[in-house]
Amino acid sequence: MIINHPLLGPRDAAEFVYLGDAGLIDRPDWQADDAAQAFHDYMYLRDNPAGLHRELWFHEQGDRSWLVVTRNTVTHEITNVELARDVAIAQGRGQ
Amino acid sequence: MTDLKPITPLGAGAARIHTIGQVTISENPDRSMASLTTRKGKADAVRLVAKTALGLDLPGPGQSTISGDFTAWWTGPDQWMIDADHAQYELLAAHIAQAIGPVASVTEQTDGWCRFDLTGSGSVALLERLCPADVPTMQPGQATRTLLHHLGCFVICSTAGFSVLGPRSSAGSLHHALIEAAHSVA
Repeated sequence: MIINHPLLGPRDAAEFVYLGDAGLIDRPDWQADDAAQAFHDYMYLRDNPAGLHRELWFHEQGDRSWLVVTRNTVTHEITNVELARDVAIAQGRGQ
Repeated sequence: MTDLKPITPLGAGAARIHTIGQVTISENPDRSMASLTTRKGKADAVRLVAKTALGLDLPGPGQSTISGDFTAWWTGPDQWMIDADHAQYELLAAHIAQAIGPVASVTEQTDGWCRFDLTGSGSVALLERLCPADVPTMQPGQATRTLLHHLGCFVICSTAGFSVLGPRSSAGSLHHALIEAAHSVA
């Protein structure tokens, strides 16, 4: 499998490790009143789609960027790759 | 004072050089290295001060540049490795840290790494058997980090050939892998 890295171009999947659902970057505020419920949902509630899935990949044997990869879990086709940093900034979070 | 004797990453007094078929693998212990990492929000300041204080052009993703005494290559977003001649810049990290100031973090890297220079027409055939990076398309001035023999290594392409930099503690394993691959393409 080839992942089209936004900075480095097409790279072999052997250079990457997989973490899981891209929602993992939206870690709840531990000081919020509903923190216990929010962390329960964050940890345990995940969709398991047969189709497009946004997931986190780490370029461990490359430039060590975190990527948000949109992959079809049925065909393994990758339709979009973004830097997780850019995704977080687009959501209004600091660098 | 104790009489300390420097040894190369392969543990010998002199660098090892092997020519196998169309490729020469030379251990190169003559480079100083330091990593340069931008502090938060200081990316533009680091580029400017590297240029004005050191004459250093910091390259973009996948690139390597030579500016005067220094070679710099991109290692990640807002991060670079810089190397220079060891005899001239034994204290490279201190030299760069002083020149760049508080907009970046500079870390000594010299003794963490081993370096093997590959020259000859067989270098591409050797490297494409060892690592998943697209070595045959690499041009002089490109550099990347990739996986060689289960080790995270930098592969740098210059007009002289390729250089492979790996963890010093695994120098023997990396050298063995290079020699073995050289025999298989000879």
